[in-house]
Amino acid sequence: MAIDVATVKKVASLSRLREPEARLESLSGELNGILGWIEQLNEIDVTGVEPMTTAVAAAAPLRDDVVSDGGKVADVVKNAPKTVDGFFVVPKVVE
Amino acid sequence: MSELTKLPLKGALDGLKAKTFSSSELTEAFIGAIEHSNGALNAYVETTFDKARAQAKASDELLAKGEGRALEGAPLGIKDLYCTEGVRTTACSKILGNFVPTYESTVTANLWQGGAVMLGKLNMDEFAMGSSNETSHWGPVVNPWKAKDSNQALTPGGSSGGSAAAVAADLCLAATASDTGGSIRQPAAFTGTVGIKPTYGRASRFGMVAFASSLDQAGPITKTVEDAAIMLNVMCSHDVKDSTSLDIEVPDFTQFIGKSVKGLRIGIPDEYRLDGIPAEIDALWEQGIAWLKDAGAEIVRITLPHTKYALPCYYIVAPAEASSNLARYDGMRFGYRDPEATSLTDTYELSRSEGFGKEVKRRIMIGTYVLSAGFYDAYYVKALKVRRKIADDFTEAFKSCDVILTPATPSSAFALGDEKKAADPVSMYLNDVFTVTTNLAGLPGLSVPAGLDQHGLPLGLQVIGKALDEGTVLTIASVLEQAAGFTQKPSKWW
Repeated sequence: MAIDVATVKKVASLSRLREPEARLESLSGELNGILGWIEQLNEIDVTGVEPMTTAVAAAAPLRDDVVSDGGKVADVVKNAPKTVDGFFVVPKVVE
Repeated sequence: MSELTKLPLKGALDGLKAKTFSSSELTEAFIGAIEHSNGALNAYVETTFDKARAQAKASDELLAKGEGRALEGAPLGIKDLYCTEGVRTTACSKILGNFVPTYESTVTANLWQGGAVMLGKLNMDEFAMGSSNETSHWGPVVNPWKAKDSNQALTPGGSSGGSAAAVAADLCLAATASDTGGSIRQPAAFTGTVGIKPTYGRASRFGMVAFASSLDQAGPITKTVEDAAIMLNVMCSHDVKDSTSLDIEVPDFTQFIGKSVKGLRIGIPDEYRLDGIPAEIDALWEQGIAWLKDAGAEIVRITLPHTKYALPCYYIVAPAEASSNLARYDGMRFGYRDPEATSLTDTYELSRSEGFGKEVKRRIMIGTYVLSAGFYDAYYVKALKVRRKIADDFTEAFKSCDVILTPATPSSAFALGDEKKAADPVSMYLNDVFTVTTNLAGLPGLSVPAGLDQHGLPLGLQVIGKALDEGTVLTIASVLEQAAGFTQKPSKWW
């Protein structure tokens, strides 16, 4: 499945990236190169194989459902680009 | 330049304990070395000399009372991927250019708890995505090693290039690093240093800037195998803040150094003999086999049939996880925000497009693509199944051997600015052909320097162990280290 310029644009937009028009053509070539190389996985028969999502075969650990941390407003907003009174200031979402 | 900086970690710790020199003296020696060398090597992207001096002074007080802890007074370098409280942490990306964490990663907290001294933050590929350190927002690290017949600047490898170069050039006693596909072992091989990626889950990932969470693992780069064991002792721990951190005892890894390998079975995988690999890499591998045989080990031929599929599998799994992990960089709560953008979408897209470098954006897009509707099963789920086959290969192989010996890299250090590798991402990815399998399977892997190539550049051998069997890996590596007698250092041109 080749990735054309329109697909690159769509993937960039899904990735919340905006690439300049001039870069789309070469990106299409680079992504096709990588995905073409990946196609060799089709040589393997994986019928009945369980997908492996983690290298650790342990059950997710549980802890008591109690508050264990918090009260750190100043820490949480410390690196924010813009804040007011301990709140994040973000661009308008609803017109 | 002071001779103190040339000591291995073990030698320095012994000297500190015996009061032959103080941590303050040792720390000043490293500060002087960094001030003299960093302009040429670009290994450190941030120095913390005031903090280092204060920590050294506190260590000296404890040492004077005979109360030194495991790493008391030892000056270390920290890969810029570990969050350090109050000290800028960027993962060498513009998008985190001014990020100052309000918390400490568990691995570095363990180091300070063990008495270590922080010299500064070490350069790396952006978000650990790269094999040459050239994707760093702060510019590439230069390898202290040069070919004997050329003045060309070489890569120290990546992504932990700053860690490897700093250790090789005596700019710290040891360094933290991290490994997602080979990012500890490849730079270690390129710089004549030792690097180990322990079993997935041995060390906490809390406070490490995430790349691909099911593959990322912390580990050290050091001057000797024994130093690697000393670092692992402190870096590894169970941590409730990382749900994949293993709740098991951390052994004293130093007890495995110098043990006999008599009767141990060394697996040699047929599939690691690749076409187009320099003959001297194969020759070094044969030499490693001979050294272990001489030491009394038994050599066993094994097969890992899905080896050639590991890299393509990795380049689905890692970008998929990265595209999800890096979604957090949206210009809202921390990191870079485009100052001109007014709408929400513009803020997202412009902040990310300006904040991320070329390779990171490429991987985010690959990840988004393989996870998108219509391709998820064909690419992502398929890769997870292949990953299982690769892990099963190791399980099967370890029925007939105790550890596996392979080359660490398919070449020695290459030139910075290599045009072929820049133009063809896949040719750069092939750097990790021997290392990436252990990340997919979650196994420990170590690179130990074993010789020089015809250009006088270091080459490494890799030892792969069973899950949680870092001990045998360290035993084998220390035998190889002794047999190779690798004591060469780069000749100082900087």
